[in-house]
Formats: sequence, structure tokens, C-alpha cells
Amino acid sequence: MIEITDTMIATQRLIAEVSCPEAGAIDVFIGTTRNSTASKKVLQLEFESHESMAIKELQKIVDFAKANWVISKVAVSHRVGVVEIGEEAVVIAVSSPHRQAAFEACKYIIDTLKQTVPIWKKEIFEDGDVWVAAHP
Amino acid sequence: MKVELILYGISRDIIGGSTYHVEIKEGSTVKDVMDFLVSKFPDFNQLKSLLIAVNDEYATNEQVIVVGDEVVLIPPVSGG
Repeated sequence: MIEITDTMIATQRLIAEVSCPEAGAIDVFIGTTRNSTASKKVLQLEFESHESMAIKELQKIVDFAKANWVISKVAVSHRVGVVEIGEEAVVIAVSSPHRQAAFEACKYIIDTLKQTVPIWKKEIFEDGDVWVAAHP
Repeated sequence: MKVELILYGISRDIIGGSTYHVEIKEGSTVKDVMDFLVSKFPDFNQLKSLLIAVNDEYATNEQVIVVGDEVVLIPPVSGG
């Protein structure tokens, strides 16, 4: 399951999605929105995506993970729109027969998502806003 | 021919709108479009990276843009 959503992510739903009899482990990564960046107060975050391509790129990442680790099921959900502080911006769940593969695949998925998936995050401060990572 | 660029994130702020139309010659490549944009909107020079996606795939500099392509500017991504 791969989705881009503008509503709150229910982590339990992703866990249920990857639960299966052959799994001996489920690894879950939750990326939450932080209230500060470089000691500056962040009020909220706003995400946008080029959705059709984001889904395609996520599918490539999941396919690579499945080809390179012995894992059972993967679920990825990423928010778009306004995300309040402390909410889940992204949730990744990976099930596998043995835990090591789930840990490694999950890390690969979030690390690669951040590099290749067309999603953009704007931090909104009291005195303005910034597109994250746009400038060197 | 006319190509509509779809803009997100900081590229929308730089150009000032969610789409931008460019007139290109037949046989123009991704690099041609990029060079034109950077010369017209020098703020793109300040970005960490700038890529173009054609029909939902990252394009190479040499890829020729043809009529009907969906062309999207991809400034540095920051999901997660």
C-alpha cells in the first residue's frame, strides 16, 4: 500500500496492512513534524507533491526494497497539505520474517524517499516561511 | 511549439504561478528549457538542484521534449 493523503495518518492502519502470518517482525518509522529548526520556532508545516510521480517513485523504492531484503509487506503513507506540529508527516511499515531485514528496508525506504520522491515541505515561522532544503 | 511547465514548491514562488508557458523550437531538449529558465529567472541559480520530470519520470538533459509531454520542474525535494 502506497498513498499520499491530506488527512491524518492512522499508524495502526499501516501496521494492520503489513501484518501477516509469515512475519516475525514489523518495523515502523514515523516522521513527525518538529516545532523548531535551527532554534527557530516552527508554527506548522505544509507539504505538497506531484502526486502521480510521487506514487511511482515510492513504488520504485518499495520494489527495490522487496528485491534486496527478505521482507513480506510494505505500507507507506505521506501527508500533504498543512500538518500541525507533532503530527505524522510520513509513516512506513515493513513486515519481515526476521527483524534485521525489516529494520534495514525501512531505513532504506525513508532515506531514499527523502532524496527522490517529489514532495516539498514548507516550514512556516512567525515571520515568514521557507521551502526546506531548497538552498545549499 | 508551446510547452506548459508545472511548478511546485520554490519554483512556483520564483516564477510566480503554478504553471508557466514557454515557446520552444522543435527538437528542444530538457537542457534547452532549463537554460532558458535560469537565464530568465536567475533565482534558480541559488537552488541546491533543479531537475525536470517528463511524464512522471526524471528526465536527462538530452531528452527531447515533444508535443503533449507533461513537463514538471523539480526543485530540491524535502519529503519525510
